Amino acid sequence: MQDSPDLGDRGGAVCVVGAGASGLTAIKNLRELGFAVDCYERETSVGGAWNWRHDRSPVYAGAHLISSRPLTEFPDFPMPDTWPDYPHHSQVLEYLERYAKHFGLGEHIWYGMEVKSIVPVGDGRWDVTIQSTGGGTSRVQRYAAVVIANGHNWAPVAPEIPGAFNGQVIHAGAYKEPSRLRGRRVLVIGGGNTGCDIAVEAAQHATRVWHSTRRGYWYFPKYLGNRPADQVYHRRMSTWLRDRRFRRSAADLTRWGVPAPDHAPLESHPIVNGLLPHYLGHGRIEAVPDVTRYDGASVELSDGRRIEPELVITATGYRPRFDFLAPELLDIDEDGRPDLHLHAFARKHPTLAVVGLVQPSAGLFPLAHWQSVAVARWLRLRDTDPEKAGLVQREESQRPLASWSRRKVVPTQRHWFEVDHVDYLKAVESLLTRMESAK
Amino acid sequence: MSALLRFEDWSDPVPAAEREVVSQLPDEDQGRPPLLFVPGLGHGAWAFAEHWIGHAASRGFPAHAVNPRPDGDLRAQAHDVVQVAASLPRQTVLIGHGTGSRVVARALGRYPARAAVLIAPVLDGWAALGAALRSNPAGTVPALFGGRLKFSGRQLFGPDLPPEEAAAHLERIGARPRAELFARDGLPEPVGGPPVLVVGSPDDRVVPRPALDRAAVRYGGAPLLFPGMGHYLMLETKWAEPIDAILDWLDKEIPQAG
Repeated sequence: MQDSPDLGDRGGAVCVVGAGASGLTAIKNLRELGFAVDCYERETSVGGAWNWRHDRSPVYAGAHLISSRPLTEFPDFPMPDTWPDYPHHSQVLEYLERYAKHFGLGEHIWYGMEVKSIVPVGDGRWDVTIQSTGGGTSRVQRYAAVVIANGHNWAPVAPEIPGAFNGQVIHAGAYKEPSRLRGRRVLVIGGGNTGCDIAVEAAQHATRVWHSTRRGYWYFPKYLGNRPADQVYHRRMSTWLRDRRFRRSAADLTRWGVPAPDHAPLESHPIVNGLLPHYLGHGRIEAVPDVTRYDGASVELSDGRRIEPELVITATGYRPRFDFLAPELLDIDEDGRPDLHLHAFARKHPTLAVVGLVQPSAGLFPLAHWQSVAVARWLRLRDTDPEKAGLVQREESQRPLASWSRRKVVPTQRHWFEVDHVDYLKAVESLLTRMESAK
Repeated sequence: MSALLRFEDWSDPVPAAEREVVSQLPDEDQGRPPLLFVPGLGHGAWAFAEHWIGHAASRGFPAHAVNPRPDGDLRAQAHDVVQVAASLPRQTVLIGHGTGSRVVARALGRYPARAAVLIAPVLDGWAALGAALRSNPAGTVPALFGGRLKFSGRQLFGPDLPPEEAAAHLERIGARPRAELFARDGLPEPVGGPPVLVVGSPDDRVVPRPALDRAAVRYGGAPLLFPGMGHYLMLETKWAEPIDAILDWLDKEIPQAG
């Protein structure tokens, strides 16, 4: 490592930003196609969001997967079949650590290094400025391509609620232990999976629990009989039949005052929580509408009611952040939403890609794996057969948006990257076939 | 079902099962990839434990042999192989023998092996059946009607192996071939593009020479041949020759860093 700013030309090497699940699979799949890879990770270990030791990790003590093992594991490195259907977050971290060790990824990762800027230098190459997280001088390295895998669940979005509140307000990302809830009156804001999980934990520990949701979702159980529910949905069947299966197995919570969903089941990622109806039915969770205002000790709701929680947890999601590059490189609009082909390929920069920026209806790892396979094959094709690469690019620009993205349907921020597991994989598969036929 | 859309694995995952693994590790870890031997029909991990596993460990390779669940179909057995491979600390070399090669070939579509070796591979059940009928009709015909395959020492071993040793091995070898062996499903493309070596003997009476050549061509090479040996190369008197050749090939294909 050099102390003085120095331009190191890394030739055909690829820079990967982040060593979480998506970054790890990007390194592995790039290496498999023979690329040299430098991965920069701001933390001192792998695992990204799944590593609870990391300050940006959103996981809480009780977090388990919400998609079952076969729909969550990397397709070429299965989790042990003796593990539970829905592993605990600490097992997911163990799995990622084993993945990194098994494929020898550690030697390509620079820990404690933060990427400060990524600048195109023409001819498709990139100058990447890296600085150690402890401060110190920075250095610049030149790469043939950049794959961004910095995650999208670490920059909290807090709701804008007018007024002042005397109690405590925390974002779900800062919630770690149920001890925080014990003996308190708790309001959980947000109807996503995290909001529902925390509401259930609160029901088990707090004295009183309000759960405020703005829009209705489809609430699915983790099990149908003794089978993980997602395994029942992911048989080969028509979209129509799958939609029907979803509708039939979803819990209708409107009886307890939860809003009805305003979209079809496959149009936003499912809420998977079998215990929510249980605790609503036991009166341990009270469903309340939107929060309109804080007023000293109390919180005003949109139906005019006032409640007096001691602790407010806002489970209102996260937004993606790419502070290290100019927004136009990823076609990021004024709301902060990047516009990428298949949520992965920068439209105007063929050597820039993002891996893992999707909200799938099942696990993220398989999609991140196939995204990085596609990115690696694409970069290889550009090297070996630029003519064919151009042809593939023209064909891809014709691919209808609706075939792989659902973002038109539920236009809120948390649904920007919504994709259906099956539809999305079909789209990636056809891209892989297009590149394959190049040989 | 395609490589990406795995409805069967998503909706009906192979359940966990007991897997017997025999292992021998080198005295000190030299950074070499682990080897995972997969036996075929009729024998078990013991056939590798006899000579090869110890020898591989003495040459610095962590060596393991797995008995895939005996009642499992090809999918379940390939699952067992991938599970064991993924549980090892490094990217693993898969080595299948006989019908175990078919299990390895299936596993290669699921797991990016460091390399693969197919020894006397039975990838095409029909060719093996033809060869068995030619060399041992009396022992083979009953198996066509659901009975047990009976082997003769002459059929399975080379002329060098002392008859009493051959007889002792024959005691432990027994197979009931399954219809699945004769399914003509395509073998998956190995993921991660591992180097693949096909090893066999031109005098093998179970896997005829043309079948060896076809297997090698399928994986882009020529078979490595050990004339004079039978089907069970790891039990022959000259068992050291093929395993040394395989380990030499691995050392060449997978150079050690440092």
